[in-house]
Amino acid sequence: MSPVTPKIEFRDVSHGFDLGGETFAALDHVSLDIADGEFVTVVGPSGCGKSTLMNIAAGLLEPRDGQVLVDGRAVHGPSPQRGVIFQQYALFPWMTVRKNVEFGLKIAGVGAEERRRTAERFIDMVGLSDFADALPKTLSGGMKQRCAIARAYAVDPTILLMDEPFGALDALTRVQLQDRLLDTWSRERRTVLFITHDVDEAVYLANRVIVMAARPGRVHRVIDVDLPYPRTEDMRLSPEFAELRREVWHSVYHQPSPIERTSP
Amino acid sequence: MAEHTAGSRAGKRRSTVPLTIGSGLLGLAVWVLLANSGIQGFPGPLEVAERAVTSIGDGTLFGDLFASLRRVLTGFVLGVALAVPVGFLMGWYPPVRGLIEPWLQFFRMVPPLAIIPLAIVLMGIGETPKIFVIFLASFLSSVVSTFQGVVSVDSTLINAARVLGAKDGRVFTGVVVPASTPFILVGMRIGLGASWATVVAAELIAAQEGLGYRMQQAQLYYDLPTIFVQLIVIGLVGLLMDRLLLLAERRLTSWQERR
Repeated sequence: MSPVTPKIEFRDVSHGFDLGGETFAALDHVSLDIADGEFVTVVGPSGCGKSTLMNIAAGLLEPRDGQVLVDGRAVHGPSPQRGVIFQQYALFPWMTVRKNVEFGLKIAGVGAEERRRTAERFIDMVGLSDFADALPKTLSGGMKQRCAIARAYAVDPTILLMDEPFGALDALTRVQLQDRLLDTWSRERRTVLFITHDVDEAVYLANRVIVMAARPGRVHRVIDVDLPYPRTEDMRLSPEFAELRREVWHSVYHQPSPIERTSP
Repeated sequence: MAEHTAGSRAGKRRSTVPLTIGSGLLGLAVWVLLANSGIQGFPGPLEVAERAVTSIGDGTLFGDLFASLRRVLTGFVLGVALAVPVGFLMGWYPPVRGLIEPWLQFFRMVPPLAIIPLAIVLMGIGETPKIFVIFLASFLSSVVSTFQGVVSVDSTLINAARVLGAKDGRVFTGVVVPASTPFILVGMRIGLGASWATVVAAELIAAQEGLGYRMQQAQLYYDLPTIFVQLIVIGLVGLLMDRLLLLAERRLTSWQERR
């Protein structure tokens, strides 16, 4: 493996869904390289295939055409190496916070004692120590997502795939979780692919923002964010940030016209 | 009375207790009124209470009750024991569903009682046909809800387990089974209700003991107090069984977010 091998590589990926006899092109020849340790956000209008892109990277969906490579190897099926955070939290409601975080470790065959220690560490990391034995139904949205993040981290993935993870949260909680995420990322440098529909969030978090276009879903523009880390509240209010946000917003809002064709 | 056994601590619930008591008293008053209105042989509460005491005294009431309960529980347990695996298979493997579902839908439309004549012809007049129809009643209601439970498991939960490394077997035992428990328990409650209704009717047709049989005998001798005793016992026991399952359901599925 050469050192320039991208961590994640989308090679000419196409995918479609059959809707009443017609094929809806969710993704059309998408190619994209993500470097090791990079934080990439994907924005785009609904229907641009950004969630499809993530599901394919997660191995939850087989692309109709093309392939995804992780560390140079083709992805077939999910792997704990690629942690996924869902918008709907997807916590197991019958398990306590602790049991949820231990779930992946249990599958990996980690012994009870070590499992407990590891879970404790990540529960502590997301600030849920006081709620370790609480059921998800007693937690707020933000706490649920923190638990889901701890669960994903516990199996030590090298890649985090996040599908609008903060989309359902209130603005303040969202900003807090963004800062926490960046804080952890800057220490551990896992590769992050982060889907969002929030332009602010996309710019604030990323090294690179991928703007997608719809019908068919494709990469429209790639915008480098050369703001330094750690990102701060002041940076959000800076003219550079405003300029980047304007640029991203502009390319999300002024989309190229749909390409007319029924099947790829 | 029912609300007492539910034992709820919520203030909202407590306020219905006086209404429940009031409703009971009102019912009793209507009963007394009917008894005194001159309908031939219509017994009052006292007369029925006396009859209850004598049937408890000579052992017939509990003998009948246990005979009925034994049939219900045997049929019910067998029905559920088959329904749960079949429901899981149907939910998990679409071809199994395709093969079984038409028959299920068909037999669901046939009241279990309508099977009794056939069952008696084929299985004689012993315990077997009665237990068989109860088995059928509980199987049909439990299998449908188990299957519904499996089908309606949130696919995000399944995906969440898969991305954490869970293979099919683990997804099934770790996610599908617990996630469909609430559905299974609801199905069991419906199944038990259906079984109880079925046993009494089955005993009306052919039995040597049981609550239904006793009513059938009482009807022959125009013995209305006995019929009343049996009806009240059938209602109370049914209610009690339902509440017990409800309690178990609440216990086992307290993790659910109730909206």
